[in-house]
Amino acid sequence: MTDDTTIERLARLLRALPPAPRGWVEAAQELPLASRELDEIVARAEADAEFRAALVSDLEVALDQAGFHVEQRLTEVLRRRLSG
Amino acid sequence: MTPDADLVRRCRDGDASAWAELVERYSRYVYAIVVQGFRLRDHDAEDVFQDVFARAYENLSRLRDGSALRPWLAQLTRNTCVDRLRSAPREELTGQVEPPGLDDTVALLDDALAVRDALAKVSDDCRDILDRFFTRDESYRTIGSALEIPSGTVASRISRCLEYLRQEFLGRNSEVAASGEVQ
Repeated sequence: MTDDTTIERLARLLRALPPAPRGWVEAAQELPLASRELDEIVARAEADAEFRAALVSDLEVALDQAGFHVEQRLTEVLRRRLSG
Repeated sequence: MTPDADLVRRCRDGDASAWAELVERYSRYVYAIVVQGFRLRDHDAEDVFQDVFARAYENLSRLRDGSALRPWLAQLTRNTCVDRLRSAPREELTGQVEPPGLDDTVALLDDALAVRDALAKVSDDCRDILDRFFTRDESYRTIGSALEIPSGTVASRISRCLEYLRQEFLGRNSEVAASGEVQ
């Protein structure tokens, strides 16, 4: 491969990975923090059958009534954890 | 740069800064598979992007070999995109859900990630100007204004920095060949 070809290929490869939107990246980086709240919810569901039944029946409503404000992107994670 | 295996081990130990570094390192890669490989847009792309990292965070303890993080994330991203497409009510999907040429796209992105590893080894100034020009698509004028250098100098600096990057990349590839690492 000639130097020119390598440079051309490098330029193409650099262009192939544009940055993801900053807000998306920061939201993903905050997962450990959010996960602690999910841990709390799951622990409470394990200790309280009524709360668990309410979560399984209507997750968003049960969370709201219990005073938890879980972001929508994390409700699927919580569903998976509750069903696991 | 911290090796992936160390990063994974620190994440498993609950080190939030390691997780932030892992997301930073792979955000472009996951994003590119979602939008270039599967051509997902807007909310679909954002939902899948978040779901990939949420699944990765949940399942990191199941990854046996931390050095296999990249292919593991690639597969996780592909599976999450497929799940998304299958669940979309607006389209009748039959048979193959993955777009044709996806393997080639992911292979290209693997190479692109190797170039980014090399980019991490060039000077901050070079990294900045190459990133601005090639991945942020900034014009000579915008770059010149941001870096306070004449527009005419921008092109020559980009060219010089590309040469530094080439040397780093070729050096890295010879190390990889010598170590037997598979790319």
